[in-house]
Amino acid sequence: MHIRNSKKWFVIPLLTLLAATVLVSSCNESTTTTNPTTTSSELSGSFSIIGSNTVTPLTTVWAEEFMKMHPKVNIAVSGPGSGAGIAALINGTTDICQASRTIKQTEIEQANAAGVDPYEIPVATDALSVVVHPSNPVSELTIAQLSAIYTGNITNWNEVGGDDAPIIAIARDTNSGTHVFFKEHVVQMLGLATEDKTLEYGNKVLQLPSTEEGVSEVAKNPNAIFYPGLGYVTDEVKPLAIKTTADDAGVLPSVATALDGTYPVARPLLYYTNGEPTGIIKGFIDYCLSDAGQAKVTEVGYVPLE
Amino acid sequence: MGEKFIESWIYLAGLLTIVVLLGIIVLLVKEGVPIFFNTPPWEFFFGTNWYPVSEPPTFGIMPFFVATLWVTIVATAISVPVGIACAAYLSEVAPDKVRETVKPVIELLAGFPSVVMGFIGLMLLSPLVQSAFNLPTGLAGLTAGIMLAFMSLPIIISVSEDAMRAVPDEFRQASYALGATKWETIWHVCIPAALSGITAAVMLGVGRAIGETMTVLMVAGGALAVPVSPTEPMMPMTAAIASGIGNAVRGGLQYQALFTIGLILFVLTLAVNLIADRVLERQKRKFQR
Repeated sequence: MHIRNSKKWFVIPLLTLLAATVLVSSCNESTTTTNPTTTSSELSGSFSIIGSNTVTPLTTVWAEEFMKMHPKVNIAVSGPGSGAGIAALINGTTDICQASRTIKQTEIEQANAAGVDPYEIPVATDALSVVVHPSNPVSELTIAQLSAIYTGNITNWNEVGGDDAPIIAIARDTNSGTHVFFKEHVVQMLGLATEDKTLEYGNKVLQLPSTEEGVSEVAKNPNAIFYPGLGYVTDEVKPLAIKTTADDAGVLPSVATALDGTYPVARPLLYYTNGEPTGIIKGFIDYCLSDAGQAKVTEVGYVPLE
Repeated sequence: MGEKFIESWIYLAGLLTIVVLLGIIVLLVKEGVPIFFNTPPWEFFFGTNWYPVSEPPTFGIMPFFVATLWVTIVATAISVPVGIACAAYLSEVAPDKVRETVKPVIELLAGFPSVVMGFIGLMLLSPLVQSAFNLPTGLAGLTAGIMLAFMSLPIIISVSEDAMRAVPDEFRQASYALGATKWETIWHVCIPAALSGITAAVMLGVGRAIGETMTVLMVAGGALAVPVSPTEPMMPMTAAIASGIGNAVRGGLQYQALFTIGLILFVLTLAVNLIADRVLERQKRKFQR
């Protein structure tokens, strides 16, 4: 895992612009090359992938590899957030939506009303890490403690075994699938005995526009806590072990613990298309799900599908 | 004949701006106002909870409004005195050589992209503010306000310097002839004489501070509480629009709510300009006496 100083978030729209300048040819429905690892570049055309900031590093690598294999293909990737991606799919401004949460019932209804039929494809798994500053003595938290921190009921680190210092809880903004996933699974404690669907993020929680910014603030600020995807964890921050309840053992986020199901805050990373994908888009997704594609998942820091 | 052609051309250009302006107002009202069928205006303006992605969603924009107020106050409090002092120095004190080098540099500063300013705020200023004020985090309205002050300074300096230079030299000569010092001349003659231009400069600066988006999105912190002090993390109106619009489905409730925030921003800047106009008028009359 490498340190990300650069703000990919700004670079990606530029890449999108660049890619968009290349002419779009939309009629390659006939090319159904199901073996994308062949170097024969029968596939051509361009499409866009918009959505989750979390999935973006993975999608970018896949898109680069796929474009190397098929030089006539252009893929534009941008990562404003899962909600933004789903909105783009409904509004017809993207071909693939990348998401770090499942689509909501209300969004399916909005999509159907707009004549869009969302088709879900799991492409990888993510362990949502909870990170703090390396100097923070706290090394594990229960889901209930995290919930109390993010609802604003616990405001000092000494309430969870740390120093006497205020807690700066950092979240993503509402564009983000991670925002919604964390709210449902951690803040509202989905599936636990203490589940409470009325809980919301406290109003002192910082909502930042990108995952990189959250990680960089935690790296600078000993009071801060944030929840980036596994692929964004750098050496400058310390991941916490998560306990489902106070009686369970703490589990650190890793590829292994996410795969064997012991890490409590793991989630699927998804692609949504309008109907079952065909042509060039099918070619791309087949590549993502192939052994070569899944091997890239580990390289980027996420967890491959089983 | 040629004269007529150019006249109608200019007339059309003038008309176009008005048409575009009206179009924007109509669009903002049309897309935004339906939110009041869901959330009554009272709750919308004075509500303190903003949960657009919850079921059911809640839309209260008080936190954003107060945040914009704080950030603008901080920016104005810093940029106006510094800006006017700098303009007075450049116009009245500095030798020609200094002015001719410094002024273009300051004007160049105005061209800095706001993303760059946001990045500087994030990496350099926020740790400084955090340690200087002993805050739990440096991502706060204060940091955003200071960055905005830097961003509106070039406009304020440039426009008020022009205004002061336009004050006729006879005014200064007369002042010196009465035995006034340089400082007294600047304070009692040059600044009052250039007041209309200075007011315009300040208003341009305030307008920039209210409308600036990228920088506040990056450094203001984005907390949804109603901020009681500028040292708290906060989310001004522009940041609220930017961080929510990507997620909003066209015609949905959040979309409407964000358009209404846009409408309020528009009304706010309009009000600033109208007030400025009034003040200007009154000052002018006072000065004539």
